[in-house]
Amino acid sequence: MADALTAPVAATPARADGALRETAALVAVWGTAALIAGVFLWILGELVWNGVGALSWEYLTSAPREAGRAGGIAPILVSTLAILGVCLAATVPIAFGSAVFLAEYTSDAGRFGRVVRTSLDVLAGVPSIVFGLFGNAFFCRTLGLGFSILSGGLTLACMALPLVIRSTEEGLRAVPREYRMGAAALALSRTTTLFRLLLPAAVPGLTAGLVLGIGRALAETAALIFTSGYVDRMPSSLLDSGRALSIHVYDLSMNVAGGDRNAYASALVLVGLLLLVNGVAGALSALWRRRLAAP
Amino acid sequence: MPHPGRDRALLWTLRLFAVSSVAIVLLVVAFVSGESAPALAEVGPVRFFSDPSWHPASGFFNMVPMLAGTVLVSAGALLLAAPLGVLSAIFLQFYAPPALRSYWRNLIGLLAGIPSVVYGFWGLVSLVPLINRLHPPGQSLLAGILVLALMVLPTIALLSDAALESVPAHYLRSAAALGLSRWGTVSGVVLPAARGGILTGVALAAARAVGETMAVLMVCGNVVRMPEGLFDPVRTLTANIALEMAYAGSAHRSALFVSGLALLAIVALGAGFSEAARRKVVANG
Repeated sequence: MADALTAPVAATPARADGALRETAALVAVWGTAALIAGVFLWILGELVWNGVGALSWEYLTSAPREAGRAGGIAPILVSTLAILGVCLAATVPIAFGSAVFLAEYTSDAGRFGRVVRTSLDVLAGVPSIVFGLFGNAFFCRTLGLGFSILSGGLTLACMALPLVIRSTEEGLRAVPREYRMGAAALALSRTTTLFRLLLPAAVPGLTAGLVLGIGRALAETAALIFTSGYVDRMPSSLLDSGRALSIHVYDLSMNVAGGDRNAYASALVLVGLLLLVNGVAGALSALWRRRLAAP
Repeated sequence: MPHPGRDRALLWTLRLFAVSSVAIVLLVVAFVSGESAPALAEVGPVRFFSDPSWHPASGFFNMVPMLAGTVLVSAGALLLAAPLGVLSAIFLQFYAPPALRSYWRNLIGLLAGIPSVVYGFWGLVSLVPLINRLHPPGQSLLAGILVLALMVLPTIALLSDAALESVPAHYLRSAAALGLSRWGTVSGVVLPAARGGILTGVALAAARAVGETMAVLMVCGNVVRMPEGLFDPVRTLTANIALEMAYAGSAHRSALFVSGLALLAIVALGAGFSEAARRKVVANG
């Protein structure tokens, strides 16, 4: 696209002004790009440079001591995974059912579908700290779950829902119409069509949505402070309070003097986990695309 | 074989799932306003603006400094991030060598995926000391603006990129046929055609900026006072909730829910505004 646009700029006096503007724009655009890339490298470099020294197998598998200044993050990793597990267990069926309903049973003009879509847009815009307030009032107090992994996971599920539904719905809509018409011509029931035909075809969309949801849940901090809590012991049940990795980074850097070294290491683990999730998602979707292209 | 009974059961199950997201929205609104009700009834909406200070334990509930903190940090971040984000999209679409483009998209995607607590931590350990050397204390409005700008930049960049990409190809061919230069095409043809999409991106970024908690909590200093300059510490509404919920008594807790309600209202207003702007742009073609 850009190649067709590189029109020659003659160096006649009348055009000198234009040429100057062209050069200024070139400098501004490349300068911005360099700035963004530079800051990205700065952040990543700082984390790796300061965090990698504290990172070891022992760090990942031992309990924190002295409020996290020493020791490792084993209970925190377990709590993080448990919160994530609760979040996914609640999100997957609801997101899945809603997406099938939106994609297969509603039109853009239908009222019920429109109400659901608007609700999802609203939900996607609610600030995470407000989800934290809601989770504290609803899950912790009204439902009596207290500060627990369950409360935290369910709060995160409310947050992740719009993201996962949107992506799954898009995956379902990408399934060609001919599949549905073929199934109808064969007199297959809608149920059979759904489970045997549409869902397998929509797996990439669902996976992409799940990965987005996992990323959002792993990164979240504000919604967890007042729902899953701060306790850094190994949780023994889902009703125990458990400290997520993101909260550990926050606590070490803000409330624990001399916690910076381990905060670097924990932040590095957190970013590493997110990169891993993204990488797996990228590899999976590439695999599916190749398989779809093959036959 | 058709199974009308099973199909009907399936449809109702799916409806039930779909209703649950509507139910969650209603629950969020109901609980946040329900918990705010005592404070709104006892303190009244006016005193949140007219009380002498924010000392909830002594019955003073002036939220204006925190409201100002939220507005100043968000506005500053947007002023900085909007031009940079749009320039990043222009770079991607019109200036970057083709080999670089997919890498650039990935880079912006990664920036979008970095957790806010990590941005906050980075701001705290590297930006704040730098600002401190310039003008103590370091934890300041400026630090908040810089970190928040970095955080909302990917949103603006990604949505502007999509907007630039959807500019019809014949516009570009016409521009080339007229002999417009590269920047002439971008500034005279592409940006005006894509302004609806760019505005939507900026509005989304604004919602994100207003709602962001962790990063501003970690770098802004959190002093409840009207800032007099860029180097003064500020406290935002979100940071206030995060800091005080842990020990808030009943009236105090309710006041914090009022600030949550205010955040919801600001975000909803922004969303309505951006939707209206989008419709207007679409209507004008």
